[in-house]
Amino acid sequence: MTPAVRCSGVRHAFGETVAVDGLDLEIEPGEVFGLLGPNGAGKTTTIRMITTLLPVPSGTIEVLGRDVARQRTAVRRLIGYVPQQLSADGTLTGRENVALFARLYDLPRRTRAAQVTSVLEAVDLADVADRQAKTYSGGMVRRLELAQALVSAPRVLILDEPTVGLDPVAREGVWDRIEAVRSATGMTVLVTTHSMQEADEHCERVALMHRGRVRTVGSPAELKSALGPGATLDDVFRHHTGDDLAGDLENGGMRDVRATRRTARRVG
Amino acid sequence: MSAQLVVPPAVSAEPGPLDLVRTAVSRTLTMCLVELQKLRHDRTELVTRAVQPALWLLVFGQVFTRIRAIPTGSTPYLDFLAPGILAQSALFIAIFYGIQIIWERDAGVLSKLLVTPTPRIALVAAKAFAAGVRAVAQAVVVLLLALLLGVHLTANPLKYAGVVVALLLGSAFFCCMSITIAGLVLSRDRLMGIGQAITMPLFFASNALYPVQLMPGWLQVVNHINPLSYEVEALRGLLAGTPARLALDYGVLVAAATAMIVIASVLLPRLARS
Repeated sequence: MTPAVRCSGVRHAFGETVAVDGLDLEIEPGEVFGLLGPNGAGKTTTIRMITTLLPVPSGTIEVLGRDVARQRTAVRRLIGYVPQQLSADGTLTGRENVALFARLYDLPRRTRAAQVTSVLEAVDLADVADRQAKTYSGGMVRRLELAQALVSAPRVLILDEPTVGLDPVAREGVWDRIEAVRSATGMTVLVTTHSMQEADEHCERVALMHRGRVRTVGSPAELKSALGPGATLDDVFRHHTGDDLAGDLENGGMRDVRATRRTARRVG
Repeated sequence: MSAQLVVPPAVSAEPGPLDLVRTAVSRTLTMCLVELQKLRHDRTELVTRAVQPALWLLVFGQVFTRIRAIPTGSTPYLDFLAPGILAQSALFIAIFYGIQIIWERDAGVLSKLLVTPTPRIALVAAKAFAAGVRAVAQAVVVLLLALLLGVHLTANPLKYAGVVVALLLGSAFFCCMSITIAGLVLSRDRLMGIGQAITMPLFFASNALYPVQLMPGWLQVVNHINPLSYEVEALRGLLAGTPARLALDYGVLVAAATAMIVIASVLLPRLARS
């Protein structure tokens, strides 16, 4: 079976700083896959290459067998993307926000309105769909963005820290919708997160990145049992990242921190 | 969950030139629609943005009409000035689209748009003409104000169609110039400084306020390479009936807007990567 995402020998550097250093990764179709790692580990750079936002200077990345460097438009039609920041347009209503993306993905006019309503129902926003998004809570905005990403019926849904800045109830709300969509459609979900608890509860497999490379891959249960009885995913994280956390924060982590702060400010 | 969500999307090959044109037109219409939706939800911007052109017409225009300091032949100065203020109003709207696109980058909106199957050039063209839609909406307010002040405007609807086209092209050029600068400087603070530094010189180095013949030689040279002058000349010719080289004016505006859309679309991914 063709993997949903396959990365082979991928390398990406920003000047002297190597963000991704020989990444090899395979994500199976239909799984919820978590990409974990400390700030500066290379997660966001990896996501940005998979989503065609960054070039792939070395190695290859395929999404459902399509090369992201050579078949960009085809890849873009296969993926839905939710960035780390809360990016819905507050001036527009929830419905208008989703309808914009329905048009950008060329959904036929005769089915467009029904599809927009359908995804808004799927994320429990149908009742407030005609309110401006600036009146939504942080959790509602995140669910609206999920609807924007889902309206084109993507085969691979990519979420960059979807619950950052949200309270525990809103986090559960977002994960509930992701799991509902995945079980209804069978789409692949690739998610980055800093929360080991969320990864443990919601991801079928995780990869732990450190210094631009994948250090370990497996189900949370496999990774924990490999470390010993009673180990948590936090222990696995610490085991593979060791004492380098402070160093990684300095090594390109400031951008992550700034983005997280911006998102937290917008969520309030 | 609706069954509609399980329908796999069509996977097309990389777009050819015809697909690119079709997509560019479709995306442009989409982004223009979004601008209209935003204006519908928040009309205060139309009013607040009208303050500055209103001041130019009410204060500068009326005073200079009375003192007759600027010779404009048989055309009253206010009639001469109104099309210039129309172009200035469109310029001020378009020139700050670069700041908007930096805000969109910081808020993740740009990344989300770039991940859709939309060619970069289509995204930039869409932004450019969305700025034009905003400028046209603003122009309606300025023209109503001009009528109230007794400015003599044409009654020919075809000429108003020409005004809309000139505003769209002029706004497209300045919007893309702003996006180009944003793609070079990458930061909102730097862009705000540059935006403020170039906007007034663009305005003063054009025929918006005074006839070209009154300018010193060096300023006439700048005027000839300033697309704003061609926009003003077309607007003035259409609205006030002054002599205009419409073919040249529209030709320059089309060429300048096209070139700047291409340059801005080349720099757009740089903005997203930063």
